[in-house]
Amino acid sequence: MYNGGKIFLGLIVFLAFATFPFYYNIGKVNAKPDPKTDTPVIKEWVQKYGKKECIESKDVMRPGHMQILNNWRDSVVREGDRLYVNSAGKSFMMSLQNTCMNCHSNKKDFCDKCHNYMGVKPYCWSCHVAPKENES
Amino acid sequence: MSMNRRQFLKIAGVSTVLGLGGTAALNALSGRGLEASQVSPDPRALTSKKWGFVIDVGKFKSDEDYQKCIDACHKIHNVPNIGNPKDEIKWIWKEDYEHSFPNTSESEFMNKELKEKQFLLLCNHCAKPACVRVCPTKATFKRKDGIVMQDMHRCIGCRFCMAACPFGARSFNYRDPRGKDADGRPFIKEENKEFPTRMIGVVEKCTFCYERLAVGKIPACVEVSNGAIVFGDLEDPNSDIRKILASNYTIRRKPELGTQPSVYYVLGGKENA
Repeated sequence: MYNGGKIFLGLIVFLAFATFPFYYNIGKVNAKPDPKTDTPVIKEWVQKYGKKECIESKDVMRPGHMQILNNWRDSVVREGDRLYVNSAGKSFMMSLQNTCMNCHSNKKDFCDKCHNYMGVKPYCWSCHVAPKENES
Repeated sequence: MSMNRRQFLKIAGVSTVLGLGGTAALNALSGRGLEASQVSPDPRALTSKKWGFVIDVGKFKSDEDYQKCIDACHKIHNVPNIGNPKDEIKWIWKEDYEHSFPNTSESEFMNKELKEKQFLLLCNHCAKPACVRVCPTKATFKRKDGIVMQDMHRCIGCRFCMAACPFGARSFNYRDPRGKDADGRPFIKEENKEFPTRMIGVVEKCTFCYERLAVGKIPACVEVSNGAIVFGDLEDPNSDIRKILASNYTIRRKPELGTQPSVYYVLGGKENA
């Protein structure tokens, strides 16, 4: 084999580079995001009703909140319909800024936790005003 | 069993629909999907067939009268004050007679008071809006109640609408509205937390306070105008606005262009004030 040494050396260098992220992160804890739902409004709600309650169940919201927000946007902006009746028959104002963020007033510890972990950058906040938070 | 052509087509059509989508197809045809049945308008909302404004020019006496309306609107809608005319964002503003109503009866002999008068201008929410016709993404569209709306999520900042609008009602965000000027002064003095801002690169304008109408409030400029601005349903013959239109001489901006503005001006003069 011509230049066998160089080829193998090249392959080894390539492998070292390609697998570097795996070696580099070995042993480091890859913590799952843990969005917090302990805002004052939610705490007050729990005290009053004895349970945490979003517009839909956690199992619907976690994978589906983006579709719900998309539908809300279309229905409010384009159709002018502003009330959302959930599967339990309870109605809510469809508003990211005034309904969602009223309870989830901790964008940094709620929205950003998963979004950063997943590397998604929703552009909601370039227009919608996020609640004021204490810098921590 | 014999079958004529019509019956055959009926059966064939129904079986195709069922075959393609099963029961989901039937639901879609009935027009009542799950999503659609879950939303409804707010019962408090003010509704109309065709919203319009009448502005009584005579009731604007001091600069303060204009500024009150302008400030009320710009404050609740997070309209930035950029501080230079080139990048200016305006939803409601004032202008003199010559520029508000060009090619009308303006002449060197006309009533001096009227000639020097300032007029409150805003989006005309035209019945045949040129901006809507040119928008390539349907970001600006006409609602059923006559409001020319903007869907900021869709605006790509092409500015066709600005070129199309004969009234200069649209402003482009050349600067980031959340930014600051050279002296560190934020463009939006105090953010209204209940209303979004815009972002750099989109066009904005007056929205007839659709967000206030939706919860049963009257438009902000009307609220602070002390009766100088009246709003109402142009298609309802018993509405206040129609009574004013029936009993006063009113003009609209550039009617010759055929966009059918929904904003009327009463040139009352002194005695009407």
